[in-house]
Amino acid sequence: MSDLIGMTATEIAALVAGGETSAVEVTQAHLDRIAAVDDRVHAFLHVDTEGALAAARAVDERRAAGEELGPLAGVPVAVKDVLATRGIPTTVGSKILEGWRPPYDATIVQRLREAGTVMLGKTNMDEFAMGSSTEYSAYGPTHNPWDLSRIPGGSGGGSAAALAAYEAPLAIGSDTGGSIRQPGAVTGTVGAKPTYGGTSRYGLVAFSSSLDTPGPCARNVLDAALLHQVIGGHDPRDSTSIPQPVPDVVAAAKLGATGDLTGVRLGIVSEFVGEGAEPGVMAAFRESVDALTKMGAEVVEVSCPTFAYALPAYYLIAPSECSSNLARFDGVRFGLRVGDDGNRSLEEVMSLTREAGFGPEVKRRIMIGTYALSSGYYDAYYGQAQKVRTLITRDFTAAFERVDALISPTTPSVAFPMGARTADPYQMYLADLYTIPTNLYGGPGISVPCGLSEGLPVGLQVMAPTMADDRMYRVAAALESAIGTFTPPAL
Amino acid sequence: MAAISREEVAHLARLSRLAVTEEELDTFAGQLDVILQAVAQVGEVAAADIPPTSHSVPLTNIFREDVVTPCLTPEEALSGAPDAEDQRFRVPRILTEDVAS
Repeated sequence: MSDLIGMTATEIAALVAGGETSAVEVTQAHLDRIAAVDDRVHAFLHVDTEGALAAARAVDERRAAGEELGPLAGVPVAVKDVLATRGIPTTVGSKILEGWRPPYDATIVQRLREAGTVMLGKTNMDEFAMGSSTEYSAYGPTHNPWDLSRIPGGSGGGSAAALAAYEAPLAIGSDTGGSIRQPGAVTGTVGAKPTYGGTSRYGLVAFSSSLDTPGPCARNVLDAALLHQVIGGHDPRDSTSIPQPVPDVVAAAKLGATGDLTGVRLGIVSEFVGEGAEPGVMAAFRESVDALTKMGAEVVEVSCPTFAYALPAYYLIAPSECSSNLARFDGVRFGLRVGDDGNRSLEEVMSLTREAGFGPEVKRRIMIGTYALSSGYYDAYYGQAQKVRTLITRDFTAAFERVDALISPTTPSVAFPMGARTADPYQMYLADLYTIPTNLYGGPGISVPCGLSEGLPVGLQVMAPTMADDRMYRVAAALESAIGTFTPPAL
Repeated sequence: MAAISREEVAHLARLSRLAVTEEELDTFAGQLDVILQAVAQVGEVAAADIPPTSHSVPLTNIFREDVVTPCLTPEEALSGAPDAEDQRFRVPRILTEDVAS
């Protein structure tokens, strides 16, 4: 394994800026690593070899010309296939968009390019970001680098696995109910969901528009913060984008890394440390709480009673929004068209196209959403879920009057074996039990590795108030400084 | 008691423009029933007087300045189209024969 692929993004950027290595060398090392291991991991759906090397050469030329480089210039990044990339295939893990090459870049992709990062390619995901294992990808599953027979989490399993397999030092994910944090937890990597509206959704293929939040993934907290800083901030092309500067997450990560949490009040969510979590997950979590306490944090338990209803509320709200958003996949403007024989009507072609193009989980969610929005069911299902959303937000607001941030395990279990939950869709949903409340509230959340259980990674989640993303980085970086990072067995 | 019947699932599939197979209907009916019974738990929460939240960020209409900015060419906009003609998206027939004649 080349030294370059084991480095942090921070280290790579410093070496490139100092001329000790070139962006081309760094990029080639990662492309070589992908060639060596990705047939087993399958983190990538598309590797853009030529584009990556061209972007790397551009960084090297700028450096040679004496230009000032940004903090992540020359660092390779893997991008979840949910973001539009100009001229580069964008599938959302679905057959309905197979072969589609977007005519424009998502805002986040544009910012990555402007920052001089090098996009290696597009990573695998559950179709339309609906799933918790990446097994619902139409292009085959991704394998967890810690144990190739286990799931890497989802929907962003490709991005998380690319990090854990040292195929990329940085990655982009999107989090609607935990799709950044849960894969981070089960692969021993860091995944952060920014405040909703803190990162632009322009060019992000929509699943549930009031919840979808793109964000950074990395192997350590400071790298995640640097990436967050690069991609975050107001975007006039997203009407829900918050017109405020990104909280200083980089400074917060550096402050946390000093290992001092004096004066920081943390609340353990009582509802998430009961019998639902595996004993090994709870053991790692409890040890981490001790570590946080030793660094000066004041830790109390806080009850958020409505969180128990977050999962059912989410599985009404997200499918309702999805049933509306995915109506655009009609075989007219882009993507697949099936059955257009000159005789069939538009509606028949539309139904055949959607039948052929969508996988089973996407169909289930479209139908659940259609049901929840039907007249007669609307008040009892979608309307009631929106009221529960209000109560969950009130639980968060009340909790943040007592504590600075909330903590919990990120997921109830370690990575489960592939195939264990695909026959029972509701069992799959339970993987997101602890991550979903944050999405309904709109605040930020981060998963940071906090130990191992039976040789598999466990994540700790930090949840902070809206636009206080810096707080979660401080706590996560402090925990990382106390217990270190975790490396999977050699592939 | 089942929350949803096979016939209701067939109706939902039609509304959703999904030409599902008979076999899929059998599978989906059971699965959607489990999911709907589970999500119906939201009904246990006393929330009659609680206002709904559609969005965590307070939303107001946002208008941009009326300034011309670069945009896609017709060729770019049509680049992903399954079928195009004369700078337009070409679609299967929309009207039935009866109406058209």
